[in-house]
Order: sequence, then C-alpha cells, then structure tokens
Amino acid sequence: MHRFANPARFLKIARVATPITALLGLALLAAGLGLGLFSSPPDYLQGESVRIMYVHVPTAWFGMGGYLFVALASAAFLVWRHPLADVAARAAAPVGATFTAVCLMTGALWGRPTWGTYWVWDARLTSMLVLLFLYLGYIALANAYDDRERGGRAAAILALVGVVNLPIIKFSVEWWNTLHQPASIRMSGSSIHPEMLQPLLLAALGFQLIFAATVLMRMRTALAGQVIAARAARLAGAHG
Amino acid sequence: MIALVGRELALRFGRWGGVVLPLLFFLLVASLFPFAVGPEPRLLARIAGGIMWVAALLAALMPIDTLFEPDRADGTLDQLAARHVPFEIVATARMISHWLAFGPLLLLTVPVAAALLALPAAAMLPLIVGLAVGTPALAALGTVAAALTTGLRGAGALAGLLVLPLALPVLIFGAGAMGDGPAVAGALKLLGASSLFLVALSPFAAGAALRASLE
Repeated sequence: MHRFANPARFLKIARVATPITALLGLALLAAGLGLGLFSSPPDYLQGESVRIMYVHVPTAWFGMGGYLFVALASAAFLVWRHPLADVAARAAAPVGATFTAVCLMTGALWGRPTWGTYWVWDARLTSMLVLLFLYLGYIALANAYDDRERGGRAAAILALVGVVNLPIIKFSVEWWNTLHQPASIRMSGSSIHPEMLQPLLLAALGFQLIFAATVLMRMRTALAGQVIAARAARLAGAHG
Repeated sequence: MIALVGRELALRFGRWGGVVLPLLFFLLVASLFPFAVGPEPRLLARIAGGIMWVAALLAALMPIDTLFEPDRADGTLDQLAARHVPFEIVATARMISHWLAFGPLLLLTVPVAAALLALPAAAMLPLIVGLAVGTPALAALGTVAAALTTGLRGAGALAGLLVLPLALPVLIFGAGAMGDGPAVAGALKLLGASSLFLVALSPFAAGAALRASLE
C-alpha cells in the first residue's frame, strides 16, 4: 500500500485506470440494467416493481462499502499520515453519500406500492438514514477548517467512530423483527432466481466500477487543485 | 485526573449560567410542545416521555462549545500537553465533569417538566432511571464532538450534526425503556450497554481529536 501512497505514482496509474473503470463500469451497468429492466421476469408477488432492486441493492452495498473505504482511508491517514489517504477519503465521501441517498430514494419508491408507504421507522431504514447523516457530518467537518490537514484529521476520527453503524445496518434485519426483508444473498448461496441474480450482479459490478472511477476522477481533480494552489503560491512569492 | 475534574466543576459552577442555561433550555423545549400539539392532557401524557428525551438530548448539546474551546484558546491545553498529561485523561476528566454538571441536575428538573407535560406517575420512575443510565452516553458523545470541533467558528451547529445521528440508538433504547411489559428490562440493558460502550470509546476518540487540534 505504501508504494501507492506516492501521489506521482498514483497519478500515473490513475490516468490509465480511470477511463478503463469508467467505460467498463458503464458497459456492465448497461448490460445489467438492460437485462434487469427488460428481459428478467417480473416477481410473482411484487410484479414489475421488483426491477427497482437492480438499482436499490447495488447502491445499498456500495453506500456501505463506500463508508468502509472512507473509514479505512481515514485510518491509514491517521496512522501513517499519507496525505493521499486523506484525498481518497474526501473524494469517496460525497460519492458514497450519493449512493446512500439513491438507495433510500429507490427504497421509498419501491415501498410505496409494496408496503403501502414511502417510509417506516424500521431498523434497517433508520440505520441507513444514520449512515447518510454520518456521511454529511464527515463532509461538513472535513471542510469546516481553514487548515486542510486539521479538518482531515478531525473528519478521519469521526469516520472511525461512525464505523459502529455498519454492523448495525448489516445485522439490523436479523437482530430486530423488521419490515425490511433479510438478506437474500449469503455465503451459503442465494435465494434469488438465477434469471434475476445475474442482472443484479452485473449491475452491482457496474456500480462498483463507476464508484471507483468517480473516486479516481475526484482524487485526480483534488490533486490537480493542490498543484495549482502550490504553483499560484510560488508565483505570488516570486513576484511579491 | 480528580484535580482536573474538580477544576472543571469549580469553573462551571463558578459561572452559574453555564450550569443553569441547559436546564432552562430543557424546560423551555419541553414547554414548547403543549403549544405546538395542543394542551390536551391525554395526548401530552402519551408523548411526554419522548419529548423529555429529545429535550434532554438538545440540552446536552448546549455546553459543547464551552467544553474544550476556552482551554484551547487560553493555552491550558498546551500547558497540559507540556506537562505530559495524556489527552485521554483530559478528555475523561472533561467527560466526567460535563456529566456531573448536567446529568444530576437534569434529573432534578425532570419532575418539573413532568408536571408541565402531565406525565403519568407510573412513567416517572422508568424515565428517570432511563435518563440516569442514558445521560452518560450523551456526555460521552458531546465530549467527542466538542474535541472534534475545537477551534472552529460556528462549532455548535456542526457539533449538533455530529452528535444527533450517533445519539439515535440512545434515544431509541431510552424511549423503549418507557414502554411496558418485558421489553422494558431489555431496552434498559441495551441502553446501559450503549452508554458503557460510548463512555469507554469516547476518551480515545476525543483524546486523538485534541492531539490533532494542537499540532
């Protein structure tokens, strides 16, 4: 990991990796959603509204996975002080927050015809909403300080404290008797029909690659911004 | 550490405003509800416990920007660092004094709010026990948020954004402990568990945040 902490080396790899992940992600997403929306069968209970799952489930996974990434990058930043880890955590947070928000909104749209309501105060839904607030708190705290380094440290500590929420989301459907159904895909196999599972996994892979591509783009933008700021400061010093 | 707690308590009780304001705020929030939902006693009695939990949560936020910020601004934190007092100890002392200056007095204020909100007498004991068990968790979260936002302008609003989502489990279990039947004991135990967990975790998070704030 430390080898990739060098921004120059990271940029060299990221320049190649960004278009590959973005294009591959879009292609897989198109395939997964195409299959999911048009050729997979409707559910025998839910009818056509089951197709919301192909967006809802992947965004839920990577809303949570994104938070784990933010937390791991934050830990790396706190322990080894790699500035690149801070850049990575800051870059991933708004993307993860967007995924979480999309997950909540698609869930609400699915819940209206299926459960008869947009929202219930169910453990899974509530803990996911808390995840969104944690993301927003992280973003607000990271940008609240004039001193970038200091904001990064404070936000990184917050990100680590917030990790307690992840197991709560994961196990909320097992610990409490919730309206949200328990996980259908487990280590031991899946209770979803293959015709629905395949598009779901394709879409999930696509979402994951798009997540990665967006984070890479945001990291490159942030690094470029730092270079410009440093150059501007140097020029100002030379003329001053 | 005892000296730190004593110093903090002396400072806090020296200025009565710091101690009394959160309690006044608690009573004010509680007395807003009869105006907002109507003064009908049956409705109030049903929601009184929840209102008091929310009011306690908001009142616990009030002293946050006075927890570490004055000590950072006047150099006390630097002095403690120079004498190699671990920041975890400083954070623990602050958490304890924050709770001592807030928790017990809040419990004394609860009967007044209960009278204003027509809380049934039977619900009084679970509410007080729940608040006694739950307020240390609020103090712990407040300490972390205060440490994370020291040196910020407008720290109070940001601290609220940080504390309230994390305080949600405390609120849920606290409200659960006011129901009836066998669920009460379970909710109370979970409340105690989250309280212990947060109290154990917060000195380390707050200590790390304080160290970051001085570098």
